[in-house]
Amino acid sequence: MPRLVSHPDEVKIVSQRFGLGAAEIDRYIELGGYESAKKCLAQGPDWIINEMKASNLRGRGGAGFPAGMKWSFVPKKSGKPKYILVNGDESEPGTCKDHLIFLHDPHAVIEGAIIAGLAVGAKLGFIYLRGEYRHLLEIMEKAVADAYARGFLGTHIFGSDTEFQIITQTGAGAYEVGEESALMESLEGKRGVPRIKPPFPAVVGLYGGPTVINNAETIATVPHVIEMGAAAYATVGTPRNGGTRLFGISGHVERPGVYELPMGYNLKKMIYEVAGGVRGGRALKAVVPGGSSTPVLLPEEIENLGMDFDQVGKAGSMLGSAGVVVLDDQTCIVEFALRTISFYQHESCGWCIPCREGTDWLKKSLTRFHAGFGEARDIDNIQYLAENMLGRTFCPLGDAAAMPILGFVKKFRREFEDHLNGKPCPFAKHVDLAVV
Amino acid sequence: MSLETMSLFSPQLAARFDALAEKYPHRRSALIPMLLYAQDEIGYLSDAVIAEVAERIGITELELRNVATYYSMLRFKPVGKFNVQVCTNISCMLRGGYEIYERFQQELGIGNKGVTADGLFSLEEVECIGACCWAPAIQVNYDFHEELTPEQVPGILASYRDKAEGTATHA
Repeated sequence: MPRLVSHPDEVKIVSQRFGLGAAEIDRYIELGGYESAKKCLAQGPDWIINEMKASNLRGRGGAGFPAGMKWSFVPKKSGKPKYILVNGDESEPGTCKDHLIFLHDPHAVIEGAIIAGLAVGAKLGFIYLRGEYRHLLEIMEKAVADAYARGFLGTHIFGSDTEFQIITQTGAGAYEVGEESALMESLEGKRGVPRIKPPFPAVVGLYGGPTVINNAETIATVPHVIEMGAAAYATVGTPRNGGTRLFGISGHVERPGVYELPMGYNLKKMIYEVAGGVRGGRALKAVVPGGSSTPVLLPEEIENLGMDFDQVGKAGSMLGSAGVVVLDDQTCIVEFALRTISFYQHESCGWCIPCREGTDWLKKSLTRFHAGFGEARDIDNIQYLAENMLGRTFCPLGDAAAMPILGFVKKFRREFEDHLNGKPCPFAKHVDLAVV
Repeated sequence: MSLETMSLFSPQLAARFDALAEKYPHRRSALIPMLLYAQDEIGYLSDAVIAEVAERIGITELELRNVATYYSMLRFKPVGKFNVQVCTNISCMLRGGYEIYERFQQELGIGNKGVTADGLFSLEEVECIGACCWAPAIQVNYDFHEELTPEQVPGILASYRDKAEGTATHA
């Protein structure tokens, strides 16, 4: 069972029911559950979408698109059925927040999906979990069955004439399926190869129908937004960045864990106070602020950095999935870069050539480099390869692979140079990092 | 071929398939879950399993293979009764994921994607399994084991050996 953590600075909204047995429907109801869905059923779609817009809730999957805006793009009238798709394919390295939501609060996901369905006029929702999360899928399936038994799902939800059904779905191992169009392909029983956009899913999505796709954390937040009121939720965060985030702090810290903190919380404080500082009192070398795809930040760049989408963007990185990975001074950046690109090389579907070839060549170059056979021109070549992947692929996987590598090469050039001329890696522990 | 007489699926798996295929707006949406559930029961996607799932979904075997090869959890040859999957991605690596992986290699005497002679264990180095804050972490089949040290490895293997003996004596 994943260890739950706590810190006085936390503002527990999405995580308020963690550890309280809320996977059981009676307990969830006792803790105020399903009241927001009932309220939304009474208030109607326009009211819901206005509340969502006013809340400044932005997508928790990584892109940070305003959820209310996304919902408003769904056409009111549609010849094809509309769908809600909850993205629980959590697989960005450094990210394990949805893991806890499915484990501790599955009904919040169901309730959020119901509200999304009411807002856009969808009668069917899907909750897609990554294949590795089988035990969480079972928890989700039981919660869905319990919600049906109570009449919260079905053809007459909460005794009304409104229909909303949910189907839970397992993946079978694929990072790329976390991208929204690849997710729809997978749900249609195909390879998770991304679709070109536009059209966007809100207009042409699953089975060709308008589809709202939100991250599981976004959806689980929705009932809380309704309960608190949009204005109250928005004031928890910073301007244009409503509420809190589940920050997953991992790597070289004393107390790793998933902490719920207000948007805009200072990153340095997050590492040194909330997570107890760098492990063993060592010095901080670098931070990956929002999952493996986000460019690395140096200690001097996090001094006054508030963790919201806009501030981290301004600092040259991204808030992404809020997976904060902390690296101490004993970490070899070349090795870390190699392990990062090995992952993306493994996950690239091969559909777009810049991503397929780029990740492969970057892995080859970095493998050679880390083994001590790098040449000075390789450093520029690594940068050149990565720069030429940016913006040249259907889905963001190409960018996700290139951006962190660019960050490492630009900010730690000297450490790359230290690996030249057959010099052994000053930190070397693992030579063969190839994942077959 | 008649599925009634030739099926590799247990009656439970067949019933699960039927329920799943009925649920979706389009039958093909049941494909990926069914491949995984069939693999859970039968061990891997053999030619015969692929043929049966393709027939049940109503697509060609070629089309099915085209899809199945995309997903890293789907496999086309047998693994051990207990498939040990060690995450070595960044968060696990920083907290000793490779040390865990090396210890499993030593204890089992096999490398990546190897299977022990008795067929009990197989080993795999895997990508992020979503347990970054509880690193280093592994999965044995679908069970998570978190915040591990190399010293815990023999005990984990012993617990699965006991499990295998327990099921053998009760079989």
